[in-house]
Amino acid sequence: MSSVAQTPAALGAPGLRQEPLPPAGASADARARRWRFAKRIGGRLLGALFVLWAAATFTFFVQTLLPGNRAQLILNQQSSQQQTYTAAELAPVEAKYGFDEPIMQQYLDYLGGLVHGDLGTSYQQHLPVLDIISEQVGPTLVLTVTALVLAWAMALATILFTSRRRRLVSSAGSGWEIFSAGLPYYWLGVILLVVFAIELQIFPVQGGTGVVGLVLPALTLAIPLAGFLGQVTRDEFEKVLDEPFVTSARARGMGDFQVRLRHVLRHAVLPAVTLSGWALGALISGAVIVETVFARPGIGNMIVTAATARDVPLVSGVVMLVAFVYVVANILVDLAYAVIDPRLRA
Amino acid sequence: MTTPSVTQPAAVAVPHDPERDLLRVENLRVAFGEPGAEQEVVHGVSFSLAPGECLAIVGESGSGKSVSARTLVGLTGGRSRVQADRLELDGESLLEMSDRRWRSIRGRKVGFILQDALVSLDQLRPVGKEIDEALRLHDWGGRPARRRRVLELLELVGVPEPEVRAKQRPYELSGGLRQRALIASAIAMDPQLIIADEPTTALDMTVQAQVLEQLEAAKRRGKALILISHDLAVVSKLADTVAVMAGGQILEYAPAERLFARPEHAYTRALIEAIPSADSRGRRLSPAQRRAPLGAVERRPESDGPVLSASELVKRFRGPDGVDRTVVDDVSFSLGQGETLGIVGESGSGKTTTARLALALLDPDGGEVSLAGEAWSGLPERSRRQRRREISVIYQDPLSSFDPRWSVEQILLDALGEEYAGAAAKRARAVELLELVGLEQEHLKRRPLQLSGGQRQRVAIARALAPQPQVIVCDEPVSALDVSIQAQVLDLLADLQKELGVSYLFISHDLGVIHHISDRVLVMCDGKVVEQGSADDVLVRPRHPYTQKLVASLPALERPAPPTEPLREVAA
Amino acid sequence: MSSLASPPNPTALGRQPSQPLLWLRRLRPGVALAGALVAFLLLATLVPALLTGKDPYAVDLSATLQAPSLEHIMGTDQSGRDLYARVIYGARESLLIGLGATALSMALAIALGVAAGLGNRWVDGIVSRGLEVMFAFPVLLLALLFVAVFGPSAATEILAVGIGTAPGYARMVRGQVLAVRDSGYVEAARALGHPYGSIVRRHIFPNAMRPLVVMFTLGVGQSIVWASGIAFLGLGVPPPAPEWGALLNAGRPYVTQAWWLEVMPGLVIVLFSLSLTTLGRHIQQRLEGGISR
Repeated sequence: MSSVAQTPAALGAPGLRQEPLPPAGASADARARRWRFAKRIGGRLLGALFVLWAAATFTFFVQTLLPGNRAQLILNQQSSQQQTYTAAELAPVEAKYGFDEPIMQQYLDYLGGLVHGDLGTSYQQHLPVLDIISEQVGPTLVLTVTALVLAWAMALATILFTSRRRRLVSSAGSGWEIFSAGLPYYWLGVILLVVFAIELQIFPVQGGTGVVGLVLPALTLAIPLAGFLGQVTRDEFEKVLDEPFVTSARARGMGDFQVRLRHVLRHAVLPAVTLSGWALGALISGAVIVETVFARPGIGNMIVTAATARDVPLVSGVVMLVAFVYVVANILVDLAYAVIDPRLRA
Repeated sequence: MTTPSVTQPAAVAVPHDPERDLLRVENLRVAFGEPGAEQEVVHGVSFSLAPGECLAIVGESGSGKSVSARTLVGLTGGRSRVQADRLELDGESLLEMSDRRWRSIRGRKVGFILQDALVSLDQLRPVGKEIDEALRLHDWGGRPARRRRVLELLELVGVPEPEVRAKQRPYELSGGLRQRALIASAIAMDPQLIIADEPTTALDMTVQAQVLEQLEAAKRRGKALILISHDLAVVSKLADTVAVMAGGQILEYAPAERLFARPEHAYTRALIEAIPSADSRGRRLSPAQRRAPLGAVERRPESDGPVLSASELVKRFRGPDGVDRTVVDDVSFSLGQGETLGIVGESGSGKTTTARLALALLDPDGGEVSLAGEAWSGLPERSRRQRRREISVIYQDPLSSFDPRWSVEQILLDALGEEYAGAAAKRARAVELLELVGLEQEHLKRRPLQLSGGQRQRVAIARALAPQPQVIVCDEPVSALDVSIQAQVLDLLADLQKELGVSYLFISHDLGVIHHISDRVLVMCDGKVVEQGSADDVLVRPRHPYTQKLVASLPALERPAPPTEPLREVAA
Repeated sequence: MSSLASPPNPTALGRQPSQPLLWLRRLRPGVALAGALVAFLLLATLVPALLTGKDPYAVDLSATLQAPSLEHIMGTDQSGRDLYARVIYGARESLLIGLGATALSMALAIALGVAAGLGNRWVDGIVSRGLEVMFAFPVLLLALLFVAVFGPSAATEILAVGIGTAPGYARMVRGQVLAVRDSGYVEAARALGHPYGSIVRRHIFPNAMRPLVVMFTLGVGQSIVWASGIAFLGLGVPPPAPEWGALLNAGRPYVTQAWWLEVMPGLVIVLFSLSLTTLGRHIQQRLEGGISR
């Protein structure tokens, strides 16, 4: 899992203080405010489209880097043989997949197809990629979302209960986060599988798509993410605990846990919220491993076989899907921001 | 193991009626740290307070004043140990209290007001909710009743349109309004004792005045008030009794009038004399210090024309919401050789931006700056670079202006130009600079983090002097320093000006400092210059209403009469 | 006036007494352990024969799938090969892959991060957009894509992990560079008249690159984890190379019977990664000695 993407605190305030700009005043037009808001939304959507376009372009050009002749590859796949074919034999395949057209044309066709939801045709299965994916993607999405929710719950609980308490408790919490954030999925998954499914037999070894079969795989995905989110939030949390407004709340008679829950938490979660957008995409990718470990249905198995079989369109299809999820998740995160921290609405 | 109670000077002549006392503190001791390795921070402090009275606890940072007050709300911090012979509020002992007992007392019997509402209120919540929270925590009443009370409280503290304001967040309110909201949240349950911890620090002068007004109103309503401050002038109006603390002990504890007129302790006297104001112009604020004579530092050449002048400066910025704001609007000034021009204004007035324009770290959108008669602004940076030696700068926070990896020696060597060939010559020169500002050779190898605030500022001054400039731009150089250190630094700057003939562009929000050090004054408000002239003209006989308001909000302190008896000193 | 002016000197930077090996005694036990493990595995990279007498390729069909014991500390695999020996011999290739990927990742991260941090708003905008796009490609999916196109190999692993982990570090570098660029001491240097190039060289680079040690050690640990994950799926270096990831892949079919085949190599990877991070953080703290900001 890619590590911390947060910006470290500034190393020092600017020498000559930045004077605060005088407040805009209540005279800001409601209409001007709405117009600026619309511009921001428009900007976000444009940014999202850009990311999708860039991802598609990258994916397409990686495809063209396939060594050797693609039509040849496909025929070899079909016949499970390795032989070279004449140009005449390759021609119909090339025509079918559009390989005989100039690159630019193929590119535009590809983009055009994407807009219509056509992710290409699988080399292996000769079916539209979108169909193949949508058949299998359900359980994966369920797993991913469950894991995200679980991760958040665990991270928040750890922070609320172990931040800035007695030294032992605090370092235990922090140490656990650092440790768990670096755990590989395959290892954690196997350990959970062996301990809970094989030895203790609490969970089935092959869980299928039911809720019971969801528990261990979701935990495997959630624990490292929880460690990561926890680390990021803990730093903020402990900083905020020292701020004067927290003392004000205590001075009003608020108990410690309430202070953490009602005041500090909201200030501290922003970095972790930012990361959640990226986390969703990363979780789908992690699900590939987890599904393999637990032999769980989903796109995991499908995409691994596809990669081994050099079925580029199918793999690219999943990559584009993840990019799409990433983009949508980030837009949702932006909206969540405005709810959490009203200062960012300005 | 009991600490022997340190005898503090007897509370002579403090009218003291034990029957009326609301608060009684005797021999308070507070220690921090792990059990077994504790450091005592407050060594036996005693005071008392009756309703309707105001006690001011005054001291510099590290004196223990804030900690002492926080024992009254049980907020001294996790690893603290509070002991006292007596710590009573309204007859109830505050020692060894459970968390639950504390929670019922905080906010209800004792109100605690912190400084700057911008950081003392939750930025993400409307102020109305913060006030409502105080009521809710003590089960004051149902929601509609609380809502009415919140509006009442806002009106009480003088917030206009309370229904609108209650829904706004602190950053949406002006400085004065949010301070009032903060006060409202602290007095919501009408506590008998109100503690204000540095209630005016970091606030604009006009806002300070508003805060003090509100506290006075509370006092008139019969509340007992404890004011904690490092600023003697600020507390002088409100306080009935003053306790001067240093090093965890009370050095002097006397009725306010007596303390200000005839302080008995040398520390108190020195503290009062260290306050810069109109009366302190031209004299030292602190005892003379050992400094090197001029030596090889040259006096600036005499010149008739202004060393720095600006005409019709304009600077606009685009805010985060896309709206252009004119931060500096038609500002002109001129600074002569060997004189100090003070620029005073509240936050947002544009004075910092003006300083940066003067330093040519920013280029103006209109108008121009000239340095020593030649064009300065609007030039390509290449041609300016050489002449940058003519003008240097010292900041409010010197630490952030030093490269964190460098030692003092490296900082000074970096500032010395190429005139000094060879490492030995440069080093000798660095030592000279240190001695000029009152430091010693052994400070060369220290890192800034190991120095105190005052020492760091001296290093910054030494660095500013290294290129032998004509002008030094001082951006709030003493605002972050304790009064006594501030006095030393101001004296040092004055001495350097007399000896070297260097000119200062001195920026501050503190009218007292400006009045003390400036020859001429520029008053800025919202980017414009509202008044300009000699220090006395502008600050003693202000003509513009804004200046008048500013001057009126400055709490003034009369200088005490010279001592008739030998003063008590701090035991070495 | 009381001498409240200068507080007592805070603990001076430890003037190291001239006692040999004192630093060894002063190490916290966790750091010492981490150092020992890293040293051990480095040794395994260089002279594996020193650490195990067994041959990682020696097939012994009489001792297949044996649980860990005194004879075989980590057990044996389906062909009777000693797992511990395979782990030791596999260290070299795994480490090389990890180092290669990290080098690629750091190079990209520094180039992009510095460009974005120092450049004007345009450059920063473009690079930041680029980083956003890179974030949309999780490491594993990138690996799958590359394998589908180029086929499985060590190079594919390095490429995928290097490019996939780069944007996270790039953003860190960019943040550091921006923070330093906007700092008070850079402005003070400008006011003193230092040319921009000299400021970049003497202030911005040294200060912005301070967390590099931690980043690098973290990066190597992470890269090894990722690379082995890719190999676990069967997309890495083909067998019978004893590379750690390949070991994980080989053990997959037997996981229900012989858990040690997965858990043991995984354990080594986890411990190695942890040790690297601990060591890196410790070195960083020592380097920062009197800085702490």
